[in-house]
Order: sequence, then structure tokens, then C-alpha cells
Amino acid sequence: MTALWRQMPLSVRLSGLLAAVMILTAAAAPWLAPTDPTLLSSLNLMDAELPPRWMAGGEARYWLGTDNQGRDLVSAILYGARVSIGIGIAAVALSATLGVVLGLIAGYVGGTADAVISRAGDVIMSFPTILLALLVAGIARAVLPQAASVAWTPVILVGAIAIHDWVQYARTVRGTTLVEGAKDYVKAVRVIGLPRRRIMFRHILPNVISPALVIATINLAGAVLTEATLSFLGVGMPPTYPSLGTLIRIGNEFVFSGIWWIAVFPAVTLVVLVLAVNILGDWLRDRFNPKLRGRS
Amino acid sequence: MAQMLVRRGAARRRKGWVAGAVAGACLALLAGVAEARTLRFASQGDIATLDPYAHTESFTSNILHHIYEPLVRRSKSLEIEPALATAWRQVAPDRWRFELRRGVQFHNGNAFTADDVVASMQRLMDPAARARGNVSQVTAVEKVDDFTVEFVTRGPYPLLLNDLTGVFIMDREWMAANNALQPGNISTRTTTYASTNANGTGPFRFESWRPDQALTMTVNPSWWDRAEHNLTRIEFRPIRSDATRVAALLSGELDLIVPAPLQDLERIASASGYKVIEEPSLRLIFLGFSFRPELHAAPGVRNPLLDPRVRRALWMAIDLDTLHRRVMRGKSRTVGTLVAPQIPGYARELDQPLRFDPQGAQRLLQEAGATGFKVRLNCSNDRYIADEQTCVAIAGMWSRIGVGVEVQVESRTTYFPRMDRGELDIYMLGWATLPPMDAFSVLSALLATRGQGLGGNNPNGLSDPRLDALTAQAAVEMDEPKRRALMTEALKIVRDDVLYLPLHQQPVAFAARAPVEVINHADEFVRLWFAKVN
Amino acid sequence: MLQALGARLAQAILVMLTVTAVAFLMFRYVGDPVRIMAREDATVAEREELRVSLGLDQPVAIQYLNFVGRIASGDLGTSYRNNRPVADLLLERLPATLELVLVATVLSLALGIPLGVISALKPDGVAARIIQAVSLIGISTPTFVTGIGLILVFAVTLKLLPSFGRGEVVQLGWWATGFLSASGWRSLLLPGITLALYQLTLIMRLVRSEMIDVLSSDYIRYARARGLPRPYIHFKLALRNALMPVITVTGLQIGSLIAFAIVTETVFQWPGLGLLFIQAVGFVDIPVMSAYLLLVGLLFVLLNTIVDVLYALVDPRLRVRS
Repeated sequence: MTALWRQMPLSVRLSGLLAAVMILTAAAAPWLAPTDPTLLSSLNLMDAELPPRWMAGGEARYWLGTDNQGRDLVSAILYGARVSIGIGIAAVALSATLGVVLGLIAGYVGGTADAVISRAGDVIMSFPTILLALLVAGIARAVLPQAASVAWTPVILVGAIAIHDWVQYARTVRGTTLVEGAKDYVKAVRVIGLPRRRIMFRHILPNVISPALVIATINLAGAVLTEATLSFLGVGMPPTYPSLGTLIRIGNEFVFSGIWWIAVFPAVTLVVLVLAVNILGDWLRDRFNPKLRGRS
Repeated sequence: MAQMLVRRGAARRRKGWVAGAVAGACLALLAGVAEARTLRFASQGDIATLDPYAHTESFTSNILHHIYEPLVRRSKSLEIEPALATAWRQVAPDRWRFELRRGVQFHNGNAFTADDVVASMQRLMDPAARARGNVSQVTAVEKVDDFTVEFVTRGPYPLLLNDLTGVFIMDREWMAANNALQPGNISTRTTTYASTNANGTGPFRFESWRPDQALTMTVNPSWWDRAEHNLTRIEFRPIRSDATRVAALLSGELDLIVPAPLQDLERIASASGYKVIEEPSLRLIFLGFSFRPELHAAPGVRNPLLDPRVRRALWMAIDLDTLHRRVMRGKSRTVGTLVAPQIPGYARELDQPLRFDPQGAQRLLQEAGATGFKVRLNCSNDRYIADEQTCVAIAGMWSRIGVGVEVQVESRTTYFPRMDRGELDIYMLGWATLPPMDAFSVLSALLATRGQGLGGNNPNGLSDPRLDALTAQAAVEMDEPKRRALMTEALKIVRDDVLYLPLHQQPVAFAARAPVEVINHADEFVRLWFAKVN
Repeated sequence: MLQALGARLAQAILVMLTVTAVAFLMFRYVGDPVRIMAREDATVAEREELRVSLGLDQPVAIQYLNFVGRIASGDLGTSYRNNRPVADLLLERLPATLELVLVATVLSLALGIPLGVISALKPDGVAARIIQAVSLIGISTPTFVTGIGLILVFAVTLKLLPSFGRGEVVQLGWWATGFLSASGWRSLLLPGITLALYQLTLIMRLVRSEMIDVLSSDYIRYARARGLPRPYIHFKLALRNALMPVITVTGLQIGSLIAFAIVTETVFQWPGLGLLFIQAVGFVDIPVMSAYLLLVGLLFVLLNTIVDVLYALVDPRLRVRS
């Protein structure tokens, strides 16, 4: 780990730090934010649409102004980032776990299992993330009456994003497994008659971890963007528990009326966050797998 | 005019210098501008079809009204006035006679006669016609002579004229020649020549339609009525996104947008060369309640909303004035009843909201033993003006009197089906009493117990024998003052028992370039035969 | 050889069947078209009747078989909303999207290749670093933010370019083109740029990595050692070899670019397939949504199969097991 840190150029280090700080700040939102924007009874419509404090009409207690419901934007952004990052990390964790397990099975077991997993991957990869996610989120809402509830929406979003992203892990892991599986030491282990599962997890898994981690970093940025796009299109987080994408969607309706801050601050936060993660991911990809370079 | 010339001049800056140097050429340009008056206008969505009987959307009817005309139409002040019929009278309790206008021509030159009315009505009453529900009370239409027809209704029916304002007359020969005597219908998967072509008697002729892109119409020089408008051509474009619609207006690509988003009105009005035309719509926004034994938010517990005191407390807890000023930007009208003032059945004394009184509301909840109950509030986010914002704000106000509210906001796509299946506890609904423009539509669709063709929008178990009786009586009452009194009585019961919680009358704003004169009608119809481009 | 081709085709058909099933099952359960199509004050009986006439009351398996049968015979159904055959709607919208995708592809190649070459020739130079940084910002900015930004600057503030639609189109048979009028070209610019930005980063990085690979290969080293002129080595020898995978990827990306255009078309009201899809979702227009999904799936399978077959023809080692 320290060796890795030493290899990083300054810009990557800074990005990594920035991403870490943003993630930690967002995680600590309930303790850092001046108000709880999800507490409906604390909203005061009379404070709605106040500009940032340095502008005429701004109020000292609202650093970045308020949104159309009278929510403090600093708090809304902190909580929003928490939701966005939380969904992103959960989606990445789910797709990575799924992908690695399925990839191992496809690569090591082969045969029908391989065919089924690979074909399923093909079908899924024939649709871009956003189309698939739109479908899954929309369908979930139509089929499950409780899906629109605040408790379920993040779960559905995580599923909608992960359903596409696992394929990348599975393909990479399958490839690595095929290569590793053909190596002498695995053949040797097989000859002594160790159980399959054990070979897979003990001897092959360690070799696929680092490519999976690289994909995960890159996918985190993608997952946060997908969530933002879904929320922007109106199938994501509800306005009472806004993510960064929801805030931008709400703010976008006010951009032309001169109330720019509702959209601009969350948008800047989103771009900076994704950028920081991307810079880190990019470097990691080049570092660990020069062959992957350029294939985003 | 001057403004428009300036704009044109700016656009033609390069070529314009040459023209500007020669006075004659400049005059020629002036004349050209004066002659061709195209109105480019945009709305949120496109029409569904050109076939007037294949759909039931009020926006599609609105656009088609420029091409097709009904026997009776709405005037500038929304009164019913003669159109293709010049006079009418009731010859029997269930029989109406209409005198038709003479000398009217369809756009293809065919003469308008009684045969066209009979063929149109047959086409509309065909079981395959999607819109036949619009004339559900008509049983037959008979030709008396070339310019007289008789309509037979199912018993005495007071709203025949109201229904006929939405029935467009088509040309029999044209339908016969193009094999379109049968109506198109989405259900039977049939489209006809009339789905993509149109031939009416209206002020504008159909020119072209590229779905979701553009619909164009040109003026009908031989229209039977005196044209108040001065347009030569209409270009209609559907633009779904609010932001894009406003951007296109402000960058000069459009002359008129309908509706203009509330939050942009100030900016548009303050931009030089643009204006905003506002009008409270006939559409009233209110909240509906679940009258089922249990709420979806709290299974196993008796539904607290069944207690009128709880419903009253919820009303008293809403700061309607703040909603009006902040969310609706001072554009809405706070209401206490379910119909707009222009609608028969409206009573001024009912149109009083309860006073904002959170303490009183809390006391009422205590009396009812319902403090701190949990409930869901459902809203659409793409159907009514500022619907999402209104709901979030109301939830905040309710949570301040200790009610645990969970807001669910979704697209109308999924929202309305769920409402229809009775899956919602408290939900937002808007009602404009269209097409009849009569309070009876509230009684029959919202207040009457569901079943036997009634209560189509009363999905949540509201059932009151008094309301059912009033609905049945009003349906056949031909004496107008008595009929109105019956409907007012029903609306009084609604207010006294808080069966629905009225919020506001929704404002509809048009935004246009300054030289465009257009009337914003309360029924949300755009009537460009009253429009002028100066 | 024929066997391999047959296997590949069977596989493609299998994928398509899965897509059909998924398309059908998913769309069967999204929203409720009956409520959307019924009038505001329709009665319960009227709604039930509508449900029956749409065939929504039959068992799901029958509905699916009907669905596949109709598709196989080229009938994609009738749009609930437009009351017109879906195939017609798709054909009508296809030109708009294809022209947009074409412009975006050309733009992204025209910019992406030179930028990729520059950053490959001097991977640690200032230019390469700036390009790298800008491209990272590019992929980190959501498309809708880019689009709205472009509209605000070029349409609203500067009033230079239109903010929506295709401008004037010229009808060439059934194909409505925006390439033959000035206003058509002006309208293409903003959405074209927005969509190109999505593709640009990908192409640039691909060119860069392929160039780096090729430049470090033996024959380039040999060419350098022989003292051949630099531009000749870089552009004639290296770039030509690096371009092969770039072209392949660009081709493969067309399907996903068409689908990705959903967001761009929504922001710019571009009357293409993506806008048709989003509007169909809003209206729960099941036939249109299914057809769109099938089209995107078909395009993808088709492009991939073609590439696989071509590669199999070129590389004998892959013939046995692809």
C-alpha cells in the first residue's frame, strides 16, 4: 500500500485524497451538516430560493443559499453526496461480488455454466447501462407497489446499476481464470485432488483481485454518474431524500429563472467527486494492467 | 410591428444592408412581412392522432379544433354558441332538433349538409370508436332534411349541448372516398386515412404532420365565420422539456409557448420583446382520501382518515397562503370547493378554505385520538403545475402537527394506475370538468359510489348515499336552477365533511413574443382563431 | 468453417430470443396503458373493455407467443399513443438518430485520432497531460449537464445556434435529411457535439494506447533505426496499424451510441429514436418500447456477429473456438 502511494504522481495523490475526503465528509453528513434536509418539519417555505450568503439577499446561516423548498444547500449537498456515494459503493460491491463469483465459475467450471453466464453477459452487454437501468428502475416501480417508497428506491437503484456492471468483472475474471487454470501449479493442485471450490477460492481468486479492484474504482465513478442520470430523468431518488442527481434535476427547472445556485453547486460537487475518483482509477488501471489502457 | 422589423433586420444584418440602401426594396420587404404571418407555437406534447374519434385527449381535441368544427362551440367567453348549427330546440324530452348552417364548405370544397352530421355521428357512435363515451347519452341521429337533423337521447339529458362542443363534424364524401367511414381506434389496432389526414370546415387547413416534430396548418380563406385572427400559417411543435421550451422562445425560434413554467414567468416578462399572459385555469387541484378500513402506510390499524375531524385537521394544518405565495408564486387562487367559479353548480359561499390553524388542528387530532398517525402522500411530478413542490411543502406542514408523512412522487405513467387501483392513502388530483364544463362531471366521476358507470375516479371507497341520490337526480333534471341547486348541495356535503381537500385553482400561463396577441382561456384550450401577430 | 458460422448465427438467434422474452416480460408489466389511454372520467366497465380489446386479459404465455409471432412476420404492432404502426414510427425516426450518430462519430474521430496521436507521441509532454486532464473532466461530466450548458451559452446567451429540433429537413424518399439545409446543419451542431464528447474520450484513449503499443513494436524500431522520416513512421506506418481496432470499436459502439442518444435527444428535443423511446416510456406505449429494445439488441448482435465472423475469417486460430 505504501509502495503504491510512493509510486503515485502528485496529481493522483491529491485526487485520491480529495476523493477520500469527500467520501468521508459525505459519510459524516449527519454530524457535519447544519440542518437535516430530510426532516420535512424543519423546512420553511418562507426561506425558499435564498441566494448564497455573499450575494445580495443572502443570509449568513445559508452559505450556499437554499433550494425551492427552503432547504439549506450545504446540508442538501452533504446529504445528497452521501446518498449518491452510498448507492455507488453499494452498486459496485454488489456487481463486483456477483461478477467475480460468476466469472470464477464460468472460467473454472466451464461447459454449460460458462455458456449460460457468458450468454447472459452478452445479452446484458447488448444494452447500454442507462437503458437497462431505466428499464429496471421503471419496472420495479410498476411491479412492486412499495418500490416507490423511500426505503426501497436506493435498493432498486443499486440493482439497476449492478445488473449491467457485473459483466465486466465476470469477463475479466473468466479470462484470468482460464489463464491461471492452465498453469502448472493449478494442474498440480488438481492432480492431488483438492476440491474445486477450494482451488477456485484459494488459488485462483487471489490472482483476480487486483484487476477487479481496478475495475471497481472506475465503475464507482460510472455508478455515481448513472445514479445521477436516473435521478435527473426522474426515476431515481425522491425529492424528500435527494441525491446529487435529484438536486440537479430540481435545480435545472430554475436555471433559466436566475436561481442558478440550486443546480450549479450540486453539479460542481458531482463533477469534482467523479473526476477525483476517475483520476485515481485511471492511474490504477495504467499501473496494474497496461493492456487495459484506453479501453474504458 | 416595429419590434418585429428590428428583429428581422438583425437577423438579416448582412444581406439587409443592401436592401436597406434601396427604399423600394425595403418597402417590398415590409409588404412581405405584413402578408406572411406565421405563428410558431410549442406545447409540452404532441397530438395523439388526426382522427377526432380515435382518441380522448383534451389537448388533441384542442389542436384539431382549428381544422374541424363542432355543431356548437365555445365563444370567447366560453359560452356555448352556434357553430355549424345555427339554432336548436327540444322537440320532445329526449329529442333535439338542430338547424344547420348553410353555405359552409369543407376544405376540399365539398358542401356541408345533414348527411355529414349523420355520417359523423354514426362514425363516432360506432362501437369501435375510441371517443364514443363523449356522446354516451345519444342513441340516434336522424336527418330531417338537408339542413335539419334530430338527436335522440337516452331519456331527458341536460348536457347534450355541452357534449356536442367536443364532437367534430367530418365530410361524408371524403370519408367514403378514402375508406375512412369506420373510425380509427388504438384498441382494434386500426388506423384510417383520417388518422394522418384531415378535412374539416375550420379556420385553418391541415398541411402536414410529422409526429413529435411539427404540425402545420394554413389559413382557410373561405371560412364561413368572420376571421378575427390575421394568421396565414401555424407551425406547431411539441417540446417536452420546460427548459428547452423557454430557451427556444427566448432565442427567437418560437412565437408562443403553452404552458410557460411558473418559475420562468418573471424572467420572460422582464426580457425585452416578450410577454406573459396568465389566466386561472378551470382545473382545480385537490387531495383525495382513502376511505378504506386501513391505510397502506399503517396496516392493521383503523384508518384515521375515516374520522371527519382528522380530515378537517389536515386541512387546517396547511398554510395555503404560503403555498400560494411561495410555491405557486402568487399565481394560483386558493379555493374551498371542487369547481371553478365559471362552472354551473359553483357556489361562492362554499369557496372558502378553512383558516390556517395548526394548534386547532392538533386539538382536533387529539379529540379524534389520532395524534401522530402515519400516512402516505402520493403525487405526480409531471401532470399538474408545481405538483411535486406542492406535495413536499404540504408534507412539511403536516409533519409539524405531528403527522408522520411519507411523500411518494412519481411520473403520471405509474401514478394514475396506482391511484385507480386504490393503492394510495392521500393523493393529489386535478379536475377541470372537461369536456362538459359542468359540476355534474364532479358528481358522476368523483363523488358517486364506484360502479354502474359512475365513480370512475372515485377509487378509494368513498360512498355516501346522499351523494349518490343527488347524482341520480341531477342526471335527469332539466330545470336548470334546480339542477344547479342539486349539484351545489353535493359540493356542500363535500366541504362540510372534507371528503376532498381543495387546494387551489391552477394558473396557466402563456408566454409569447410581444407582437403576438392571443387569449388564454380558462379551459386550457389555445384558440388561435382569436390570435393576431402585429 | 460453415459450422462455425452456423454456431455463431444460432447463438445470435438465441440472444435475440432472450431479448424478445425479456422485452416482452418487462414491458408487459410497466405501468398500465389502460388508465393512460382512458378518458379522465372513463367508467370502470369502459376501462375493462379497453383492457380486453388490447389483449391484456389473456395469459402471459399466449401474449408472448403472439408477440414473437408478430415480430417474426415483421409486424411490430401499433403504437398505443400515435395509433400508427410501430415499424413506420421507427423508420420515420431512424434518419434523425442515424444522422446525429454519424455526425457525433465523425466529430469524435476527427478530434479523437489527432488528440490520441499527440498524447501517444509524447506521453509525458504538456499537450498530452492537458489532453488527458480535459478528457477526464469530459467523462466525469454527465451528458445532461454538458447539454444544458451548451444550450445556455450558444442558444440562450449568444443566440447563435438553435436549442431544439432538426431545423429544416429535406425529404429524400422516406429519409428526411437535415444535411441539405443550412438550418439542418446548425441544428445538428449542439446535439452532435454533446453526443460526440461521450465517444471522443473513448476513441482518444484507444488511439493513444494502440499507438503506444505499435510504436514500441520491433518493426517501428527497425524503421527508426533505418532513419526513415518521422512523419512517415508515425502516420504511414504506426497510425495505419493502430487504426484497425479503432475502426472496429467505433463500429461496435454504434448500437450503444444510438441508445446513449436517449439523454442527448431528451435535452435537445431531437426527434429521433431516443426521444421516441422516452416519450413511449412516459405514455407506457408498450409496442414502441419493445420495438426499441429489440432494435438496439438486434443492432448490437448484428454488429458483433459480423465482427466475429470477419475475425474468424482473418485469424484461423479463432475458427475453432471463438
